[in-house]
Amino acid sequence: MSEVAAIDRPDENRQEIESAVVRFAGDSGDGMQLTGSQFTMTAAISGNDLATFPDFPAEIRAPAGTTFGVSAFQINFGARKIMTSGDQLDVLVVMNPAALITNLEDVKPGGIVIADSGAFTDRNLAKAGYEENPLDNDSLEGYRLVKIDMSRLTVEAVKEFGLSNKEALRSKNMWALGLIYWMYGRKREASVDWLKSKFAKNPEIADANIAALNAGHAFGETAEMPAELGTFEVETADISPGVYRTITGAESVSLGLLAGSQLAGLNISFCSYPITPASALLHHLARMKDFGVITFQAEDEIAAAAAALGASYAGSLGITSSSGPGIALKMEAIGLAIGTELPMVIVNSQRAGPSTGLPTKTEQSDLYQAVFGRNADAPMPVISVSTPSDGYDVAIEAIRIATKYMTPVMVLTDGYITNASEPWLIPDPSTYDRFDVTFRTDPENFQPFMRDDTTLARPWVKPGTPEMMHRIGGIERSYDTGHISYDPANHQKMTDVRAAKVNGIANDIPEQEVAVGAAGGKLAVVGWGSTYGPINRAVANLRDEGLDVSQIHLRYIWPLPRNLGELLHSYDQVLVAEMNTGQLRTLLRSEYLVPAEGLNKVNGKPFLIAELEDAIRARLEN
Amino acid sequence: MNVQSPPEKLTARDYATDQEVRWCPGCGDYAILKAVQNTLAELQADPKNTVFVSGIGCAARFPYYMETYGFHTIHGRSPAVATGVKLSNPDLDVWVVGGDGDMLSIGGNHTMHAIRRNVDVQLLLFNNQIYGLTKGQYSPTSKIGTKSPSTPLGSIDNPVSAAQFALGVGGTFIARSTDIMQKHLSGVLKRAHGHRGTSFVEIFQNCIVYNDGVFKRFTEKSVQAEMQIHVEHGQPLLFGKDKDKGLILNKDEMRLEAVTLGENGITEADIAVHDETNRSLATMLAQMDPPTMPVALGVLYCEAAPTYEASVHAQIDHARKDGEGDLAKLLHRGQTWTVE
Repeated sequence: MSEVAAIDRPDENRQEIESAVVRFAGDSGDGMQLTGSQFTMTAAISGNDLATFPDFPAEIRAPAGTTFGVSAFQINFGARKIMTSGDQLDVLVVMNPAALITNLEDVKPGGIVIADSGAFTDRNLAKAGYEENPLDNDSLEGYRLVKIDMSRLTVEAVKEFGLSNKEALRSKNMWALGLIYWMYGRKREASVDWLKSKFAKNPEIADANIAALNAGHAFGETAEMPAELGTFEVETADISPGVYRTITGAESVSLGLLAGSQLAGLNISFCSYPITPASALLHHLARMKDFGVITFQAEDEIAAAAAALGASYAGSLGITSSSGPGIALKMEAIGLAIGTELPMVIVNSQRAGPSTGLPTKTEQSDLYQAVFGRNADAPMPVISVSTPSDGYDVAIEAIRIATKYMTPVMVLTDGYITNASEPWLIPDPSTYDRFDVTFRTDPENFQPFMRDDTTLARPWVKPGTPEMMHRIGGIERSYDTGHISYDPANHQKMTDVRAAKVNGIANDIPEQEVAVGAAGGKLAVVGWGSTYGPINRAVANLRDEGLDVSQIHLRYIWPLPRNLGELLHSYDQVLVAEMNTGQLRTLLRSEYLVPAEGLNKVNGKPFLIAELEDAIRARLEN
Repeated sequence: MNVQSPPEKLTARDYATDQEVRWCPGCGDYAILKAVQNTLAELQADPKNTVFVSGIGCAARFPYYMETYGFHTIHGRSPAVATGVKLSNPDLDVWVVGGDGDMLSIGGNHTMHAIRRNVDVQLLLFNNQIYGLTKGQYSPTSKIGTKSPSTPLGSIDNPVSAAQFALGVGGTFIARSTDIMQKHLSGVLKRAHGHRGTSFVEIFQNCIVYNDGVFKRFTEKSVQAEMQIHVEHGQPLLFGKDKDKGLILNKDEMRLEAVTLGENGITEADIAVHDETNRSLATMLAQMDPPTMPVALGVLYCEAAPTYEASVHAQIDHARKDGEGDLAKLLHRGQTWTVE
């Protein structure tokens, strides 16, 4: 790495900090996601723990320079366990005025704002809605503002490669990355290697980007750098040994579905229809053809669910995936899966609603839909994903339950988890317990709806099996034979057994544990899904201060863990924090008659640790 | 030495279940059920590999009466369910059964996409131009002016032509028959079964309760010969009791015309010959409607094309040509790092 060796030298005067939150924000065309993911990789290699969150615009090609075209990538990295992508920004890097106006409010008081002054032209200022240049007046007084004409400096740095001005400016994200690498004393090797391999076919583009990266770094290194910026050192975190990668929620769920299907000994038929933010699952699984994974982009959400069910009927594992509005369309088919008692997995990547709502913003408001949102009494297991890497185990568990109990299972994840990433200690697939499916092939005394005594599951028979031809369907089925039955007593019996089967799963899942703290006490903060990180950090922080608060975080939403009622009653207060208007709270109140209160928000953004801490304090100080 | 007893030959009765058939007495569905069971017996179709999938409606009860595998699903979605079945197990012989409401109204979208993808199923549309199970409302194939509980003053929307729809969305096999023509229907079903891809068969079916006689303008014995033309690939398009009528292609106006042999100097040499690989001709045949023209029955169109599920599995086989994927390797794909 001769390109970088010359100017990597130790800096004695770095300020040691435990963690830092940095956000890169710019126009969609400024390459902010790439910049962020490079910084992430380097932080990981440096031994930090971290969490990231990309925030990209809903529009495909928003006009350049507009506020709705701003793309951002945030990373929280530290020398301790990192639970969220961070409440407030220590450093905001903005590549244009629109990025400044849309991101400034998240910077902590006194935080560093680094702006590409070269992009603060009259035209860009007008597009962002600024009447005068905020870099030139006192509007940013509360921050440590660093104005650098990164555009000009980048063009100069890459002059020797003979690129057009427009092409040259494409490297300015690497210039900014180089500067931030210098700020945190990071090595550039990994990014240099990555640029070389990414642009292997265009070495002059690779060279220009590397030159920009080095120039940004050198700019910080030399006296040109404003003193107020400062340099920092973030030590390595105490992390379990092993091989790691970063993983997003979409990746972990996709890989978990594949792993689960292998443990069950089944092929996957993944049937889906594109929708934000769920499409990433379809994209990931479509690339797993070498595992025999069938993906089917159906004509609509209903067809996707129906085809998945048809695939399960034929003996493979039918999976469908969508987000809230699409899930609503699938519900009749899910009801058929419940009635005909066929396994199926439905992944719901929740987003803010109702209707189209805010497709790119996160929310947890499909709990009612998942647990209750079907016609008639139609019980279905529901489990949830808590962190970007948790999707792997949750998807495996969904397949285990679906195939063991012959039932559809809904997995609830959300837009935040789907796109966010964290480091993941890569598991060894061979250490997982198998749960191979046994198809019924014995025609002796066979009836399609005879049940296993323990699980109450009916047998799964593949069409093509000799001497076992039978018919199933949506009309109520006779208790054993599955023939059409309009008998009222039979309907009662079938309704009861469907409920008993799903309720019985509570005996086959772990008892609810306390994530942080102890059973019993003054206050339990209960959460589910992607609120795990901020609740965990907030509760841990306040316990360090001596407050009597514990965290209970649910994976299993339906049926609920068998000890949960008793556990909740062991606290004086129960606070349910969720990104909806109180859906889990309603469920807990109705199931256990606990006086649970809610801490709720639906502004499209995850909980901040600070707002959770404030809410917990308020309840314990009364 | 063991002497293998010859495999028992299956009869039509072997394809019938013990379930009581519950259509109205006199319903055209009985005749179609019989024709399907006869056809399967003629084909000696293996019941264990045969699956009937249906949606909702009178016709959709069909699977319960077939001693094969069967899945009675939800309204309109049977083509999508069947697509999943075929993707999962392409070896199954899948028949999809539904009515005009099921397949062209609530499920029109799925019918379209199953046909355009060319999923290898037999799609039997029982067209009676009325909603039966919901008690007599007009359907998407009802003629304008159809009086029904929901249209007491007569329906006002244009009906869809099932065969033209199927041709328009790129169907590779489009045929027609009627419930009461056992032999003809069975012949069409056999062709449909033999075709690889979506075989779309429109069966004109009489609803004796809500729409009795709606097709009598071409199904009644007295008019059958003059108002039906049975098309056969490579054969001249002749009809009439004495086969003295036929269709000629009016090239100036780009349409078919019904003519009588011997009139205006018309000879058999002038009569158009049916070419079931010609989509334009099939479309013109599908458009014909009594009384000005006879209704065209038989295989209007048939072309060989790859099936959807075969292409899906070909991609998978190609991806696996160098061996099955390795999950542990996949988990490690991309940038990784080691913490000591």
